[in-house]
Amino acid sequence: MGLKRNVSLATALRYKGQGPMLTFILHRIGGLGMAIFITIHILASFLGGQIGVFLNTVYENWLFQIFIFFCVLFHAINGLRITLVDLFPKLLVHQREAIWVEWAVFIPLFAISVFVIMSTALGG
Amino acid sequence: MATTKSRTLPLSKRGLNFEMFMWLFTRLSALAMYALILFAIIGALIMGAREQMNLADVLRWGFMPNSTHVQSTDVPDLAPWSTTFWRLTGSALLLVATAHGVHGLVVIADDYIVTSRGRNIVRLLSIIFMLFMMGAGLYILWTS
Repeated sequence: MGLKRNVSLATALRYKGQGPMLTFILHRIGGLGMAIFITIHILASFLGGQIGVFLNTVYENWLFQIFIFFCVLFHAINGLRITLVDLFPKLLVHQREAIWVEWAVFIPLFAISVFVIMSTALGG
Repeated sequence: MATTKSRTLPLSKRGLNFEMFMWLFTRLSALAMYALILFAIIGALIMGAREQMNLADVLRWGFMPNSTHVQSTDVPDLAPWSTTFWRLTGSALLLVATAHGVHGLVVIADDYIVTSRGRNIVRLLSIIFMLFMMGAGLYILWTS
């Protein structure tokens, strides 16, 4: 059976994968979030009509914008790290440092983006 | 470990099967998407985005260079934004991103569906889904 791992949920949640595990999970969430958003977006444009108009109001909500921009930015920056490390395997020994660099790039960029999104949405 | 780590083998001895090919494709398509998005953003800045669009609009155009994405901005004329050149750029980005994304969904599904029968069903469905999304996206790009 697919989901049988012989590990209880409590043990799984206590797994200390640290930085690499966190980026793995966030990469997955970001990829899934983008895949679902883009699928709905293309389908709404393709079908048109009232559904498209309703979905536009969802996209323009600032909470949704912050979520989808988190997905895009994290997936892009983390993906660049994965690509560089995988195409140049000698860099693999530096991967924990690479993750710190990644956060150092991601946090300021995302903070500025959230500030811009919220000041546009709430400040008018 | 009985098997040698494939990383230490030269490419000719690794055996380029489908999984290996898709592993490489995921990385290379990511690089292609960075290039295409940067290309679209530079194009927007050349076409006057500095004075007619804000950051969010430029990014929206960058992630998919489709002229309907700049309709609501201060751009005076949509004609330079809906040329064959930009439609080809958008089509390239669409095809690469769809293949990259659907393969990502298959990778996630493979972590939860482990029977070969289930995986074959997921692969078949994913190919149908990918071709449909590519068709729908191309239809939107070339008719808008």
